[in-house]
Amino acid sequence: MDFLSYLVSGISLGSIYALIALGYTMVYGIAKMLNFAHGDIIMVGGYVIFTMCTTWGLPTPAGIIGAIIICTVLGVVIERVAYKPLRKATSLAVLITAIGVSYFLQNAALLIFGSGTKSFTSVVTIPAIHLFDGALVISGETIVTIIVSVIIMIVLSLFINKTKPGRAMLAVSEDRGAAQLMGVNVNGTITLTFAIGSALAAIAGALLCSAYPALSSTTGAMPGIKAFVAAVFGGIGSIPGAMIGGILLGVIENLSKGYISTQLSDTIVFCVLIIVLLVKPTGLFGKKIDEKV
Amino acid sequence: MAEKAKKLKLSTKSNLITYAMLLVFFIVMQTLISTDSISSLLNGLLVPICTYSILAVSLNLVVGILGDLSLGHAGFMCVGAYASAFFSVTFADAIPQDWLRFLLALLLGGIVAAFFGLIIGIPVLRLKGDYLAIVTLAFGEIIKNIVNLLYVGIDSKGLHVSLESSQALGLEADGKMIIKGALGITGTPKDSTFLIGFILLLITVVVSLNLINSRTGRAVMAIRDNRIAAESIGINVTKYKLIVFMISAFFAGIAGVLYAHNLSSLTATSKNFGYNMSITILVFVVLGGIGSTRGSIIAAVILTALPEYLRSLNDYRMLIYSIVLILLMLANNNERLNVFKEKISITNFLRNRKKGNTLDKEAKS
Amino acid sequence: MKMKKVIAALLALTMVALCFAACGSNSDTTGSTSNGEVTLKIGGSGPLTGDYAQYGNGVKNGAQLAVDEINAAGGVNGIKLEFKLEDDEGSQEKAVNAYNVLKDWGMKLSIGTVTSDACIAFQGEASRDNMFVLTPSATAVEAISGDNAFRVCFSDPNQGVASADYIADNNVAKKVAVIYDSSNSYSSGIYEKFNAEAKVKGLEVVTAQSFTSDNNEDFSAQLQAVKSSGAELVFLPIYYSEAALILKQAQNAALDVKYFGCDGLDGILTMANFDKSLAEGVMLLTPFAANATDEYTVNFVKKYSEKYGTDTMNQFAADAYDAIYIIKAAIEKAGITADMSASDICDAMKTAMTQITVDGVTGTGIHWTADGEPSKAPKAVVIKAGAYQAL
Repeated sequence: MDFLSYLVSGISLGSIYALIALGYTMVYGIAKMLNFAHGDIIMVGGYVIFTMCTTWGLPTPAGIIGAIIICTVLGVVIERVAYKPLRKATSLAVLITAIGVSYFLQNAALLIFGSGTKSFTSVVTIPAIHLFDGALVISGETIVTIIVSVIIMIVLSLFINKTKPGRAMLAVSEDRGAAQLMGVNVNGTITLTFAIGSALAAIAGALLCSAYPALSSTTGAMPGIKAFVAAVFGGIGSIPGAMIGGILLGVIENLSKGYISTQLSDTIVFCVLIIVLLVKPTGLFGKKIDEKV
Repeated sequence: MAEKAKKLKLSTKSNLITYAMLLVFFIVMQTLISTDSISSLLNGLLVPICTYSILAVSLNLVVGILGDLSLGHAGFMCVGAYASAFFSVTFADAIPQDWLRFLLALLLGGIVAAFFGLIIGIPVLRLKGDYLAIVTLAFGEIIKNIVNLLYVGIDSKGLHVSLESSQALGLEADGKMIIKGALGITGTPKDSTFLIGFILLLITVVVSLNLINSRTGRAVMAIRDNRIAAESIGINVTKYKLIVFMISAFFAGIAGVLYAHNLSSLTATSKNFGYNMSITILVFVVLGGIGSTRGSIIAAVILTALPEYLRSLNDYRMLIYSIVLILLMLANNNERLNVFKEKISITNFLRNRKKGNTLDKEAKS
Repeated sequence: MKMKKVIAALLALTMVALCFAACGSNSDTTGSTSNGEVTLKIGGSGPLTGDYAQYGNGVKNGAQLAVDEINAAGGVNGIKLEFKLEDDEGSQEKAVNAYNVLKDWGMKLSIGTVTSDACIAFQGEASRDNMFVLTPSATAVEAISGDNAFRVCFSDPNQGVASADYIADNNVAKKVAVIYDSSNSYSSGIYEKFNAEAKVKGLEVVTAQSFTSDNNEDFSAQLQAVKSSGAELVFLPIYYSEAALILKQAQNAALDVKYFGCDGLDGILTMANFDKSLAEGVMLLTPFAANATDEYTVNFVKKYSEKYGTDTMNQFAADAYDAIYIIKAAIEKAGITADMSASDICDAMKTAMTQITVDGVTGTGIHWTADGEPSKAPKAVVIKAGAYQAL
């Protein structure tokens, strides 16, 4: 029973990592940059929902929609202001700018919302399921998180493979120059990617804060890093990879907490990551890059 | 004088500027200290400035020269800091001469970090790009996590090590706890001084610049620019990469020793030895211009001092800092600004001097 | 000839360096402000940004409140106080920088730092300069190792032992589980002492689960282990934001146990939007209860919430408020004047601190020994209907 319990909570945690990792991996695949500010967009999403639903007393769906809109706009603005001028710069320059944006968001949130940790009211109202006489409890948040993650992954896969803007994304990620020659609006596609990634971050924010209801300006930082690890684990740039990487990461983390050591769980996760990358240097689902002379 | 300068190679000229810059910095600071007109803040910042400059120069070897993105540099710093602080606290009574103990601590910190560079480098350097970055990040975090769990004590029976708790050590009554888990090491002697820090920075710069302009450096840069081509002309890729990685780790370890012996308490948090610090060091390197030793140092000095001098802004301090960081990155990559920078650059001035002189002559004749 | 440019560049660099030097060196050593009024400058550092910002801000507000009150009443022996809290982000290195900034500002007395690790480093510098330190909230033993340093709060060992004693002596539980932060010195410090004392008192620590500051959101695995261990009580030597998560997740996991915490748990009831029913029955050791009816607390709570809201009104704020009043009492005892040097003040304060007895928000009749520890007995409270109730 312990095992099932660890597994379920691992999948729940992993689904949140997966949602965040989807945003990472899409941006990486298309803009070829590590958007370290992604985790902080999640925090912004959490604060928007908190302000709208708890402070202003609006209904939950309004809060979620508000968060999606604000995060999307924020993502696009950040892309336009901070990343677009660096399109021709090295990927490292963009990485550092993203870190700057991350610091900016954290400190702006600290100034606007204050330093006290806020207790977040769950957006999920589904009751928990009690199995085996209460030995295994699956919370409503867990159920919703898993379902939402799966739906989003399916919709995203369909969108990318079946629609025109989705195919444009694929084309840009394959070869930006060639895509442009074929008439794809590269800048527009990158903006769209940031918009989708940030909207996903808002949803991830709602779910993250519901499952772990403590909201502060650094809420998104560590899940962001973990999701980055998950995205690389699954092969960065690959959508199913991000999903499976995220869930595996959550499950490994919780199983090692349960059976090996709570103190060493991060160490174990990182060890598994290192081993996987040494065996498969481009992650579980990553594309092999051919080397040209 | 001018004739002599003309004969010097461009790289040598550039290096001379770097040394001159360091020397001027040192003389100015030393004058301020000896005339007692230095502020406590600046006086306190001198050792951290040296520490971060050494870190930036050493990371520049990996990022700029080797062309690999390492996000685990703080891990080597952590290893150096803990190894040396452990040594200094343990032998505080056995070696009464401060200078000898600190020298040994420096060597120990550097060598242990270099050793970690070797064992981490062997698997890591097989990877490329962002995958290499994430694995170095993973190693850095593993080091930090384990150090946080480390309990080490010493008594008449010898050394006791545990990953559990201080009770698990089973120390004798006369025993002394040295590394106390998350509490880290306290009571490290304050041996770091500006003079020592500066000498270490100078050594790091000399080694780094000479390495870049040596046979090894050229081989490594050949690997960076085209690995397959370099391999095909018989360059041992793994060997050269490992050499640079170990040298870089060695100096990061030295920086860790300086860091540890400047504070009376040493703990491993994500701020000082985790990915946050690795990223901070990376910011120095990228902002200073990847591959430029001089730039790394300037960026490290400015970005270490900036948050302290922004303190009068109170709550807005870190917000302004982040905006400055973004603007600097944007300005650094702005084409028009770059054209302007080319015009006022000292190196380019030297490079064009010869050309300019001949043009002058042509114009005269 | 064009060598001039190189020289010009070097000169420019020198000037930049000089500017840096000049920036901070305008320190005010006379101890008077621009309008000629005599003031005594009290400095301190704490995390105003980053993970522990809520504690730093609590201390900043609490101390400022006390300083404003004292100044409004005419100051100490006619000397007005001035207070400044610099940001140290909870790190040792920044705390040392903050210390130096404060020295340049003209600090004569300090309230040390808010967090333990930073305080050890801050205090190391301060003891070299013989600068007085009275930390409101650094609990580690080493945080006041110098003879110049004192504290307002309980120490880590003190709390660990007191918790184990309370649980054992009152038969609260026999089988105890612990969840602590292994990357935090405060938390692991208390845990160590608790564990040792529990053995002495015959408590059975059935499982000790931990987490790290990088992994402090999901506690389901730890709670599952607690559930399987059959513990009757969970000891939580951690901060309240993490405790709030644990309580919520324990409710989700249908875990039915008692909880016992330390002073880090204080603040949980004033956390914005916190569902107080989750904390029903939680026991904790705290020096500060916001609903206490003594005049000190009533006055503090009223003024603090009017000025800064209840977001950061926790025991950190209360300790800092007391710290300023304790400094006031010691200044009066020692007869400090504003023209004394920091080192002379410190020497006088060291003696005065062991002679005074102070009543405040966090305790009555508090006095100090020369090693800097206060004579406070941790008092246990239980949360009933969303408020503390003495046990």
